[in-house]
Amino acid sequence: MTRSLRPLMATTLIFLFAYMLAVLQHPGMLSTRVLGNFLTDNAFLGIASVGMTFVILSGGIDLSVGAVIGFTTVLVAALIMWMNLHPLLAFAIAMIVAAGFGAIMGAAIHYLKVPSFIVTLAGMFLARGGASVLSPDSIGIQHEFYSTISKSYILLPGGGRLTVVGLVMLAVFALAILLAHRTRFGSNVYALGGSETSAALMGVPVARTTITIYALSSALAGLAGIVFSLYTSAGYSLNALGVELDAIAAVVIGGTLLTGGYGFIAGTFIGVMLQGLVQTYIVFDGTLSSWWTKIVVGVLLFMFIVLQRLVFRAGSRRP
Amino acid sequence: MTRPTVDLRPASLPPNPSPRPLITQLARPQVMALAAVLLVNWLLFPGFFSITWQDGRFFGSLIDVLNRGAPVAILAIGMTAVIATKGVDLSVGAVMAISGAVAAVLVTNGVSAPVAVLAALGAGLLCGLWNGILVTVLEIQPIIATLVLMVAGRGLAQLITEGTIVTFSDPVLIFIGTGSFLGFPMPVVIALVLMLAATLIVRRTALGLLIEAVGVNRSAARFAGLSANALLLIVYTFAGLCAAIAGLIVAGDIRGADANNAGLWLELDAILAVVIGGTSLMGGRFSIPMAVLGAVIIQAMNTGILISGFSPQFNLVVKSAVIIVILVLQSPLMAQAFRRRPSATPSKPGTQE
Amino acid sequence: MTDTPVLEARGVVKIFGQHRALDTVDFAAMPGEVHALLGENGAGKSTLIKILTGAYQPDAGELLLDGQPITLRDPLHGQGYGIGTVYQEVNLLPNRSVAENLFLGRQPTRFGLVRRHEIEARARQLMAGYGLDIDVRAELSEFSVAVQQIVAIARAVELSGKVLVLDEPTASLDRTEVQRLFGVIRGLKAKGLAIIFITHFLDQVFDLADRVTILRNGKKVATQPLSALNTTDVVRMMLGKDVAFEHHPSSLSSGARGAVRVQFQNIGRKGMAPFDLAVHEGEVVGVAGLLGSGRTEVARLMFGVDASEGGTFEVDGMPVTIRNPAQAVAAGFGFCPEDRKLDGIFGDLSVRENIIIALQAKLGWFKALNRDDQIELAGRYAEALDIRAANHDMPVRLLSGGNQQKVILARWLAIDPTFLILDEPTRGIDVGAHAEIVRTINRLREEGLALFVISSEIDEVVAYSNRIVVMRDREMVAELTGDAIATDAIVQAIAGTPQEVRA
Repeated sequence: MTRSLRPLMATTLIFLFAYMLAVLQHPGMLSTRVLGNFLTDNAFLGIASVGMTFVILSGGIDLSVGAVIGFTTVLVAALIMWMNLHPLLAFAIAMIVAAGFGAIMGAAIHYLKVPSFIVTLAGMFLARGGASVLSPDSIGIQHEFYSTISKSYILLPGGGRLTVVGLVMLAVFALAILLAHRTRFGSNVYALGGSETSAALMGVPVARTTITIYALSSALAGLAGIVFSLYTSAGYSLNALGVELDAIAAVVIGGTLLTGGYGFIAGTFIGVMLQGLVQTYIVFDGTLSSWWTKIVVGVLLFMFIVLQRLVFRAGSRRP
Repeated sequence: MTRPTVDLRPASLPPNPSPRPLITQLARPQVMALAAVLLVNWLLFPGFFSITWQDGRFFGSLIDVLNRGAPVAILAIGMTAVIATKGVDLSVGAVMAISGAVAAVLVTNGVSAPVAVLAALGAGLLCGLWNGILVTVLEIQPIIATLVLMVAGRGLAQLITEGTIVTFSDPVLIFIGTGSFLGFPMPVVIALVLMLAATLIVRRTALGLLIEAVGVNRSAARFAGLSANALLLIVYTFAGLCAAIAGLIVAGDIRGADANNAGLWLELDAILAVVIGGTSLMGGRFSIPMAVLGAVIIQAMNTGILISGFSPQFNLVVKSAVIIVILVLQSPLMAQAFRRRPSATPSKPGTQE
Repeated sequence: MTDTPVLEARGVVKIFGQHRALDTVDFAAMPGEVHALLGENGAGKSTLIKILTGAYQPDAGELLLDGQPITLRDPLHGQGYGIGTVYQEVNLLPNRSVAENLFLGRQPTRFGLVRRHEIEARARQLMAGYGLDIDVRAELSEFSVAVQQIVAIARAVELSGKVLVLDEPTASLDRTEVQRLFGVIRGLKAKGLAIIFITHFLDQVFDLADRVTILRNGKKVATQPLSALNTTDVVRMMLGKDVAFEHHPSSLSSGARGAVRVQFQNIGRKGMAPFDLAVHEGEVVGVAGLLGSGRTEVARLMFGVDASEGGTFEVDGMPVTIRNPAQAVAAGFGFCPEDRKLDGIFGDLSVRENIIIALQAKLGWFKALNRDDQIELAGRYAEALDIRAANHDMPVRLLSGGNQQKVILARWLAIDPTFLILDEPTRGIDVGAHAEIVRTINRLREEGLALFVISSEIDEVVAYSNRIVVMRDREMVAELTGDAIATDAIVQAIAGTPQEVRA
């Protein structure tokens, strides 16, 4: 078994074990209904985490995803409600705007040679500020298309509902797995995370890849924003506050090395599900308070950072 | 001095230029930037510079800028030292929430205020120490190490307050947030005292130089016999302490501990203040007073946006513009264009002992 | 073998600042030959290689490929022309599979998807051609460095296929791995590739190479077929005379020794044979040995940069513990490291701060040297060592290499050391500063300091050492004192027996 599989295995085992314990205490959690809600409730986080996975695999970080989600909800709401555009057209515009935004951040990271966290920090301020400049107040979205979408679902055996947003997330994960593991772009992302110098020497187009990675991350954050707006039927500049931290946590808990080069998209899926499990468990339990989610996620984050430190110590070079 | 000073021959070269005159001090870009922001504020609001004396304290927009800027200034004091070592501390906002929560919960449970304050400061120290241990013992990159507490810290704070906003009416805690001393608001006084104390400590002892040495070249620091780990522990612990102080101020100001919102995103403002103050994210030269000045600039912009009637969220756009300008100015391209680094040498005269 | 070289450099010059890293050097690689490139650190080997592969552009002179002049923008461009390079630090991706490392950037795809099975099949086939039956899907980092080197060679040959540059490929290989690699290289040579081989192991040069080019201080010393040379000739050419020093002064031979200042007993660690050494007051112990002989490792162990596994340290007869540099500094040791930029100077700090930093570290956090003390100390040592800086508040990175070296020396003199370790103190320094540093070493010895000096320049070592320790294969193999100290004797000792086994 390769080293990079170990954190993934650990995550999977922890998830299965935790789910088993949860089911033993609350047998109700073992149902397609809960599973369906799981997917629906975490769809926007899952989609944003996919983009974050690519960024972290390449050795960077993207602090702007929460803000881009918030911005997109406002933009989509404004386009639909103020400009009377069809939601699908609004979605397309929002995705393009988000991707362009990410591309600019990627270009700044590559050409200005500044750490990604500071560039995406500026991006975060800009997107949040831009959203509130567009509309400081929440914009409710009333459109036929929205009500149709939110009513559509596939009925699972056992009464669970696989909603459209849940399906979108699953599709994004499936496509992302192909992109990461079966395309030249995916190889280049891993190559950048392994060693930018080697990658450049081996002919990886570093500038183009970096720009594409951040464009992809922002585009997926935009998609997550669309999903969020479908989920809440509103656009608000303070939506998805702090989601970047949840996404980073999901990626790391999913076994991706925070310094880049190692990890799997599928792991991120489990990382998202594990966070969802903690939340669902707390809801089912009733006596536990919501802040335990943050603490448990923090503890998991710490565990995985230390675990990776131990697994990869041999390969990592001291500064 | 342990070394005898033998024949002090006149050096053949002027070994040291005379301390920089005040006029060049004032010409620093940060000072000019602050002046420009204040000028714009004054144009927008002609009464901006008027200060009145009322109920034994000063009032006015300028005082307000200082007062509201104090928490970020205090965070920036700790953050400066961390960034000087080539690190960063993302957890300070969450630590503020923890500190406020500890103090509030203790006083509402009948613990005396001084003990509650000490406990809150202790909590901050512990958080900082935790970060320091992750960075030194486990050798985790600072941004990742402090992310753990950034994520979990707010949960811990909520655990302490049990999810509610714990309000209190303890006069001492409220005084910390809203009182005044010699006519100036307490937060300003605390920030000023902390800035002076921290500056004196790092410049009168060797800490400042050693921190810069570690930030400039960690390997060379090891070869020169420095113990980087001890320094890093101190620096992160100090950042935790500063965060705890800022947390107390914010709690005192709203007379309660709000675990969800206290210090939210202030870590980013603190980093920005340090960067505006001329300390490079790549470590090395640092200046605590300049970082405090950076915090004041940020607050002056916030206030300007408020009084000009824009939504407060608009200052996020302005902040991002500031970051972009700084990034472009600090980028290698610009560095080649004109080699001028914001220097932060101890240029205050009179360091004789 | 045809007469036209595959790759030829004519009169190439490369200047960094004021330093001529390469001075009108000619070099030619013929098809089907292994051409060794030898020289000590700073001789210009890596600069020449970087010009040959396109990483640097020469300031003068030209490159010819198959007799046609070419200009290379970067290594990728060079690769396109058929010039492949394998570096000592394997420049592949440790986090990716062998197959992916072989095919990154040119993976066959269908509908945009990488054809993984085809890549793996081709990778297996390719590796089999090099006699390796390995799981090509496994991560590269799971394999030994030797296998990684072979993968790197396979990639370079696949992509280029005319010239293969091997930059110290054997530095971290053991004996059998080296033989395996050599088998691969001989196979490629038989296929008509021109192979340029850089190493510091002389026996490997004699084992593998057909011709050798020797560089010293940026100039070419000679290009000769190895059949006409023996080890001693090669060592002499590598270490030969550049700066004229007086002969070994008789005052050094008299064996006049003060008390023992420092004593090392049984100091060593994995990969470095334990050694005993005592250094006396007013004594310079010189270290002679080629790069990779373990000379730097000895210095690092002495200074606690690497902790010794067992053994004892004594200063003035008292036992001390040295497990890190801070403890060494506390014991009064100073160390001017070989890599000034990485381990020595604090580029952004001022000259003054660079000089007082070790003393300050030794005094601790709270006994701060005030500005007047700093100015006085910096002024005193800058004058004593003739450090030329416009003022002492300027960043040290703006000084020349020689002045930076003097700043580091001043840093250690400021702590009033008992024992000073200098690792290649004159490397990469212009001739004038070079002579000054040698004079300074002599003066420090006369003032009673105990010194341990490592240098690649034998004449230099001879000029200031009371005693010379010769190192080879990570072991102290000989010690010369008094009249026995002579360039020839040292060259013999460095060349040693193992190299003479060659046919």
